[in-house]
Amino acid sequence: MTQDMYAGASETSEGKVFTVTGQDWDSIVEGLAEDSSDERIVVNMGPQHPSTHGVLRLILEIEGETVTEARCGIGYLHTGIEKNTEYRSWVQGTTFVTRMDYLSPFFNEATYCLGVERLLDIEDQIPEKASVMRVLLMELNRISSHLVCIATGGMEIGALTVMTIGFRERELVLDLFELITGLRMNHAFIRPGGVAQDLPPGALDEIRAFVALMKKRLPEYADLCNANPIFRARLDGVGHLDLEGVMALGITGPVLRSTGYAWDLRKTEPYCGYEDYDFDVQTWDTCDAYGRFRLRLNEMWESLKIIEQAAERLAGLEGAPVMVADKKIAWPSQLAIGSDGMGNSLDHIRHIMGESMEGLIHHFKLVTEGFRVPPGQAYVPIESPRGELGAHLVSDGGTRPFRVHFRDPSFTNLQGTSVMSEGGMIADVIVAIASLDPVMGGVDR
Amino acid sequence: MSEDQKDVIPEPKGPEQPAVEQSPENLPAPPNEVTAVGARTGMFGASGTGDTSGYGGLVAPIVFPAPAKRPYGGWYDEVADALEGSLGNVVVHRGEITFHVRREELVHVAQTLRDDPKLRFEFCAGVSGVHYPDDKGNELHAVYHLLSMTHNRRIRLEVSVPDADPHIPSLVGVYPTNDWHERETYDMFGIIFDGHPALTRILMPDDWPGHPQRKDYPLGGIPVEYKGGTIPPPDQRRSYN
Repeated sequence: MTQDMYAGASETSEGKVFTVTGQDWDSIVEGLAEDSSDERIVVNMGPQHPSTHGVLRLILEIEGETVTEARCGIGYLHTGIEKNTEYRSWVQGTTFVTRMDYLSPFFNEATYCLGVERLLDIEDQIPEKASVMRVLLMELNRISSHLVCIATGGMEIGALTVMTIGFRERELVLDLFELITGLRMNHAFIRPGGVAQDLPPGALDEIRAFVALMKKRLPEYADLCNANPIFRARLDGVGHLDLEGVMALGITGPVLRSTGYAWDLRKTEPYCGYEDYDFDVQTWDTCDAYGRFRLRLNEMWESLKIIEQAAERLAGLEGAPVMVADKKIAWPSQLAIGSDGMGNSLDHIRHIMGESMEGLIHHFKLVTEGFRVPPGQAYVPIESPRGELGAHLVSDGGTRPFRVHFRDPSFTNLQGTSVMSEGGMIADVIVAIASLDPVMGGVDR
Repeated sequence: MSEDQKDVIPEPKGPEQPAVEQSPENLPAPPNEVTAVGARTGMFGASGTGDTSGYGGLVAPIVFPAPAKRPYGGWYDEVADALEGSLGNVVVHRGEITFHVRREELVHVAQTLRDDPKLRFEFCAGVSGVHYPDDKGNELHAVYHLLSMTHNRRIRLEVSVPDADPHIPSLVGVYPTNDWHERETYDMFGIIFDGHPALTRILMPDDWPGHPQRKDYPLGGIPVEYKGGTIPPPDQRRSYN
C-alpha cells in the first residue's frame, strides 16, 4: 500500500478508518482482506459526493453491498436565513427567503408573501394581474425544478443525456425568468402586495414560443426513458414507500402522489386563484422511483396547460395594476430599463426629486422603515414542486418579522431516506434519494 | 395545576354602566383577555441616539389577538368540543384557529386529533419554535400546524413553557414526521422534547454552544468599511422597529 498524505488508513477507537478520494480503492480492499472476519463497513458518503444531490452527508452501514442502516447528516448549507429575516424589513424578507430552496425561488417568495398579506388583511385586495403573474411564474418554476430533478437524477445513474437535455430545457425557463424579473435565480420578484413590476413588452410571445417548444421537447424525455430497459431496471421498485409510510413521515408532493393519493394544495386549498385554472392532479400507483419520474413528467404537461391559460388571461390584462392600491404598503419605487440596464425609473426619480416633497418622504419612509404588520401569526402553505411548503410568520406589530419559519418539504421528505434505502443495494440509495428530490438549500435554510 | 388555578386573576368588577350592555363590542377588552407581550417604546424604535422629537417616552404595549369566545363558528366548535377540558385559550385570527394547550395535555390532544374519525388530523407540518423573551413565565412557544386531509381543515396547536423549564413531551410517537422538526427546534431554541428517540442537534454542529434562534442570541457579523465610513452589522445598526 502506498502512503498518501491525504488518503490512507488509520486506527481509531472505533476501528480501522480508511480515507479514499477516488482511484485509490485498492487500499480498502487490501485493508479489509487483512481482516476478513467482518463484512460490516460504515461508509461515510459525502458531504461533497457528487451523487448525493448537494451537500448531504450519508452515513451508511453496509454488509457486502446491502445497506443495513442509512442516516443523513445535514446542516452543511445552514446559513441562518430565518434568523437574518428578523433583522430586515418585511419587504426585504423576500430577498432572503428566495434563497432557501434555490430551485424553486418563486414558491418561497409566494408562501412568504401570502402569509404577510394574510397578517396585513389585504388578501382580497391583491390585483388579479399580480395573482395571474404569480401563478405563471410558479408553474414555469415547477417545470424548471422538475427538469433539474430529472436531469440530476439521470446523471446520478449514469444517464448523461437525460442530464444534458434536462439542463438545456431548464435554461429556456431561466431565460424567461431573466426576461420577466431581470434575474435567473433569487428574484425577490413576488412582494407583499403583488409583484415587483409589470411584464416587459414581448414577454407573452416568448412564453407562448416556450410552451410550443416544450410540447415538442417533453416527448423526448418519454421516448428516451419511459420504456428504456436500463432506466427501468434502475428505477422500478426502488425507493418503495407506500401511503402509510408517506403519511407517517409527513412526506408530501410527488412522493405522496406516487402512492395514488391525489393530494395537491392547488386543488384542495387553492391560493392565488388556482381554482380558476383547468388542470388535473397527476398520480401514479407504483410507490417507487420510476412512478415519481413519470409523475413529474406528467406534472410538467399540467404546468404547461396552466401557463397557457395564464398567458391567455394576461393578454387581456394589459396595463392592469400589479401591486396593491394601498400606498402605505405598495413599494413606491418603479423600475425601468435604461441605457445601462434595469434601474430606477427616471420618471419616478423626477417625481420624487423634482415635483413632490411628500412623494419623496413617502418613498423614504417606506423604503427605509417599511410598513408595520399587525401582531399575530399566519401559515399559508402552497404546493411547491417538492410538496407542502409553508412559512410560519409571527409579527409583533413591528416593521420586521418577529419570527419566520419555513416548513420546507425537502427537509421533511429527506427523513424518508432510511425507510427507502435500508435493506436495499447501496447503488439504490442514490436513486431513492434522487426520487425524493431534496434541495439542500431548503433542507438547511 | 392546582397552584395555577389559585393564581388566576379575578374578573375586575366595575360599576354597572348601561352603555356596556348596549355596545359591549366597543369596550376595551379586560386586562386578562388581552395577550400583551412586551412593549414598544419611542417613536422610531431606535435607541442610543438623541431623540429630540418629544416622542421618545412613548410606550405602546405589544398586543396579540385576544382569545375568542364560543361559538367560534363552523367546524371550529366541533374540534373544540372534542378537546373539551384539555384546551387553554383559543384564538381565531385571520381565518386561522390556534388552540393553546398545556404541555401535560399535548400528547393526549394530538392523539385525539389524529385518531378521532370526526377529526382525523393525520398530517403534522412539523413544529416551529418562537421565543418571546418578554412573555414572562412562557418564554418559549412550540407551534404545531396540523392538517386533516380527510376533512380538509387546518388548525394550529401552541404550547408555551418557561425558559427555566423548557420541557415539552415529544410528538414523535404520534407524528413520526416530527423527528427532525423537534431536533431543529431543540437546536435553534433549546426546547427539550421529552421522549424524543434521539434529541441531538441537526443543523448546527454537534458541539455548538447556545441556541441561535433565541432572541438573546446575537445575529453576529462584522462592521463593513466603505470609503472611510463604517457600517455596523445588521443587528447593531440604527433601525426602526
